[in-house]
Parts: sequence; C-alpha cells; structure tokens
Amino acid sequence: MPGPAARLIVLTGVTGLLIVLTSHASTDDISPGERRSGRDFMAPETQAIQADDTANPGMLWVLQGAGLWTQKAGPADQSCASCHGAAQASMRGVAARYPALDAATGKPIDLTGRIAQCRSERQGGTALPRDGDELLALTTFVAHQSRGMPIAPPDDARLTPFRDAGRQIFTTRMGQLDLACASCHDDNWNQRLAGSAVTQAHPTGYPLYRLEWQGIGSLQRRLRNCMIGVRAEPFATGSDDFIALELYLMQRAAGMEMETPGIRP
Amino acid sequence: MTKALVSVPKTARRGDIIDIRAMIAHPMETGYRMGPNGVEIPRRIITRFVCTYGGEEVFFAEFFPAVSANPFVSFSLIASASGTVGFEWTDDQGQTESASAEIVVT
Amino acid sequence: MTEPTTRDPLGNTALGRRAVLAGGIGLLVLALSVRALARPSLQQAVAGFTGGAPVTAGRVKLTLPPLVENGNAVGVTIDVESPMTAQSHVRRIALFNEKNPQADIAVFRLGPHNGRARIATRIRLATSQTVIAVAELSDGTYWSSEANVIVTLAACIEDLT
Ligand code: HEC
Ligand code: HEC
Repeated sequence: MPGPAARLIVLTGVTGLLIVLTSHASTDDISPGERRSGRDFMAPETQAIQADDTANPGMLWVLQGAGLWTQKAGPADQSCASCHGAAQASMRGVAARYPALDAATGKPIDLTGRIAQCRSERQGGTALPRDGDELLALTTFVAHQSRGMPIAPPDDARLTPFRDAGRQIFTTRMGQLDLACASCHDDNWNQRLAGSAVTQAHPTGYPLYRLEWQGIGSLQRRLRNCMIGVRAEPFATGSDDFIALELYLMQRAAGMEMETPGIRP
Repeated sequence: MTKALVSVPKTARRGDIIDIRAMIAHPMETGYRMGPNGVEIPRRIITRFVCTYGGEEVFFAEFFPAVSANPFVSFSLIASASGTVGFEWTDDQGQTESASAEIVVT
Repeated sequence: MTEPTTRDPLGNTALGRRAVLAGGIGLLVLALSVRALARPSLQQAVAGFTGGAPVTAGRVKLTLPPLVENGNAVGVTIDVESPMTAQSHVRRIALFNEKNPQADIAVFRLGPHNGRARIATRIRLATSQTVIAVAELSDGTYWSSEANVIVTLAACIEDLT
C-alpha cells in the first residue's frame, strides 16, 4: 500500500491509454539483491519459449548470423571467421563488456557499432544498415556467444562521463507524459501497466525477440518504444544519447546474466 | 538463405516415438494490417508445410493468417528406419524453402 | 525500415488498437473491419470442416494458457486420445477461432506413422475469445475440445511513424 508520501500518477495519453502508477519514492536505485531480469516477469509459457532453443524464434537470427560470420566479402574476400576464427571462442564474453571505448574517437561504441565498423573498415564489405536484418543477425550471433555470462562493463575511467550522461537521461523526465525512465523502471518496476509488467529495464536479452514485434530487435529499438510510450521524440538510432543510455543500463545490470536471444512479450 | 531450424533426434531405437520440431523465419503477413502510409500490407503467408520421412509424407499442415510469424510446429513420428527427415514450406506466392535432418535408427 | 502502424495480431486498424488500450470491448467490436464481420461463426467454420457431421466433445485435449501476454504468439497444444494404428487413428485436426478476422487457424493431416496424435504450434489471437480443436478419426467420427483465452496486450506501443 502506498504510504503518506505516495503520489498517484494518472496518465491519459492521446490514445486513451490509462496508466496508474503509484510512486512512493524519488529515483532510488534498485538494490543489487532486488535486481531481476525481464525474463522473471514473464508468464511461464513465455519463459519456456526462451529456455528452449528449438522453440525460441530468436535462434533463427543466431542461425542467420552464423551464416554471415563465414560469408566472404570485401576486396580481400575475407569473412569474419577469416580473421576471428570460431566465434564460439573469439567472441565469448565480448557482448558482455559492450558498449566499450572506441580508441579512435575517444567515445563509447556499442556492439552493433563495433561490428559495423569492423565490417566496413577491416573487412571492407558494403556497409550494413544499423537496424537492418543482417547487422541484427550478426549482433545476435555475437551476443549469443556470451549467453550465461555475467555482464561485465569495462572498468575504464574514460567511460565515466558517458555513463553519467546515460544516468542523467535515465532519471530526467521527458515527453508529454513527463516521466523519466526511472519513474517506471526504478520506482514502479513491480507494477503493471495496461496488462504489461513494467520490469526493471535490464538489457540482458538483446538483441531479443519481442512477440509484439514478431521479430528480433535491438536494445535501441526497445528504448525507442519506451520514449514513444511517454510521447517523447526518440533519439536517433546509433546516437551518442542512445549509446550513453546503453552504457548506463549495462552498468546498472553489471553481474546479471546475458540471455541473448531473449524473448519478451 | 533458408532461415529454418529443425529438430530431429540424431539416433533412435526402432519403434520409438520421437519428437520433431520445425521453425522457419517468415513474416506471415496477414493482409489485415495497415502500413505507415495507410495502405494495407499485402498478405503473404506460408500456406503449406510438409514433413517427409524416407521420401514419404508423414505430416502435413495447412496454415492460415492466424498462425504466428516465424511459424513453429511440433509433432511426433515413429522411428522406423535410418534416413532423411525432410521439411518443406510453401508460401502463397509459390516460394518453397526446405530443410532436412538425418536420423540413425538401430 | 517499414514499421506498420498497427501492431495488433490481426490488423485491427489503428482505431482498433486504441480501443483495445482503452479496454472497451464495445469499442473493439466497432473497430473490427467489414471483412471481419463477414467471417463465418465458429459453428459454421467447424461445420465446413466436418461437412455437417456431428461433433462430440471429448477425446481431444486443447491446451492454451488461460491468460496470454501477447496475442501475436500463443502456444497451443492438441492431444487426441487414439491408438494411432492402421485400423484406428487420427486423420486430421483443425483449429478454429471465434473472433479473428478469419475463423481458420490451421489444419493438420496425420496418420499411424505419427505414433501419437500430439501437435504444438503458436497462433495469433486478436482478442480474448474461444478456440476450438476438432479431430477427424479414421472411423469418420469428429471430436472436439474448446478453450477460452484472455488476451492482454503490451503497453508500450511501437513507432507510429
Ligand atoms: C581483416 C580482419 C577482420 C575482419 C574480416 C573482421 N574483423 Fe572484427 N576485428 C578485427 C580486428 C583486428 C579487431 C580488433 C581486435 C582488438 O581490438 O583486439 C576486430 C574487432 C572486432 C570486434 C570487437 C572485439 C572485442 O573484443 O572488442 C568485433 C565484435 C568484431 N571484430 C566483429 C567482426 C565481425 C562480425 C566481422 C564480420 C562482419 C568482422 N569482425 C570482420 C579484424 C577483422
Ligand atoms: C510509463 C512507464 C515507462 C517509462 C517511462 C519507460 N518505460 Fe521502459 N518499459 C516499460 C514497460 C511497461 C516495459 C515492458 C513492457 C513490454 O514489454 O511491453 C518496458 C521495457 C523496457 C526495457 C526492456 C527490458 C527487457 O527486459 O527487455 C528497457 C530496456 C526499457 N524499458 C528502458 C527504458 C528507458 C531507457 C526509458 C527512458 C527512456 C524507459 N524505459 C521509459 C515502461 C516504461
């Protein structure tokens, strides 16, 4: 039950969507013992789809990514495997420590950005569009190599200002509904919103297969959905703001287990 | 490239009832949705799925738009002989994709 | 990337989505397209499959979660009690829904080589409704099982651009 300090937020968006959230505190972090993956909020039937590789449709993109991994391209006719060998060994744990610092720019780069960079700069293949199926499949395949491993954000002081910027975005109210990410995901993660569990917004499963999308999608696509949900103008795909948010989300989920490809409703 | 995942046990004893699963990437576009421009997205669905074992049809399905995107189906077979279990999906534009797996029956 | 404006399972219009979010069942009915209203009833659809032969409740077990998180992919399992021998087996199993724009979901053909009449798949349900599985046995009789499903929808909506 909400205490005296509780606030009731009632939102009536342009779609007539009615949201009632009880907010009992300002933006407090979730204590490590309380952290839960989005998987744990799902119905048992949905969890079962994720748990079984022969039923998890995200595995179709892992399969596609595995095919692309060995596909030759570029002037030297090299595949990812030509330089990196078997992904099972060379890519193990890589996704768990992205976004990471890109030495060339001095800025963080996320896994998709790194793969796109390797593709165009090292392999010399045609650039792959950011939310296109091929780059998504490659990202899913690479991230899948870290499944079961703990999220391990790099301990690099040069990333601190970017992480702080991400945290700033996470805790700042935005959009016509004037809500921060934290209003839902730190303060009200145990509530339901028009039938959906709010959850703690951990990035453990990405790229993941969302039943709503009927396909696989990136973390940035999910973030875009949430920004649109509060009627804010979403950041551009691949923008510094999104990468800062990703960096903060990974820090916030440090130690949690990677699930790629996750399933979410 | 066919984006399909099939699951067939590698080995079985003759007479065993085995579990078969098949899943393929396909939008199963219903024909009932509107695109961003307000125009209906044309229907495109897989309408037929066939499983063969040793060249003979052992399971068949007809799908309608109410089958989920990236269709998944599981069913059983009696392991009768070593051979190929074949899978074939055909969509309403006549495009066919296939996959197969080998089983050793002792 | 082309993102359709509607994200509901069976393409209710944008209005349909809003109606669903507003939680108004009356509104939802309004939102069903003309085509949806022209669909056969559940009974008519079943009669189309059986050729009008009588259908008895029993021998079939249809399993669906009573409460579904997203109607885009609802796991369904159908089990039919049958020895699955050459003399006595299941020939076909059909699945129908009550309230999607189209009543048919899938028809499966099987036989003695399947050993067991058990099928699982994933289906789309546009809204809370009844789903029925009808099995045709080798003796020409028809058996069925029904399940009622409540469909809740995800709250954060996809790009409307
Ligand atoms: C010409 C050789 C070459 C090719 C081809 C190539 N890469 Fe790379 N890749 C590299 C090198 C070199 C690095 C940097 C390694 C380092 O920093 O330790 C790298 C780094 C990476 C990283 C970051 C690894 C880390 O530990 O942070 C990823 C992910 C990656 N590549 C993915 C790919 C993918 C996917 C492809 C195929 C589309 C590909 N690469 C093709 C040479 C290549
Ligand atoms: C009005 C409440 C609300 C706000 C504000 C909100 N979200 Fe969400 N978010 C949700 C709900 C509800 C879900 C999950 C429900 C679903 O799957 O539809 C979700 C899901 C997520 C997920 C997916 C977690 C997983 O398990 O895959 C992430 C990540 C996320 N949100 C991040 C954010 C970020 C970052 C912001 C701020 C830009 C934000 N959210 C703002 C309600 C909100």
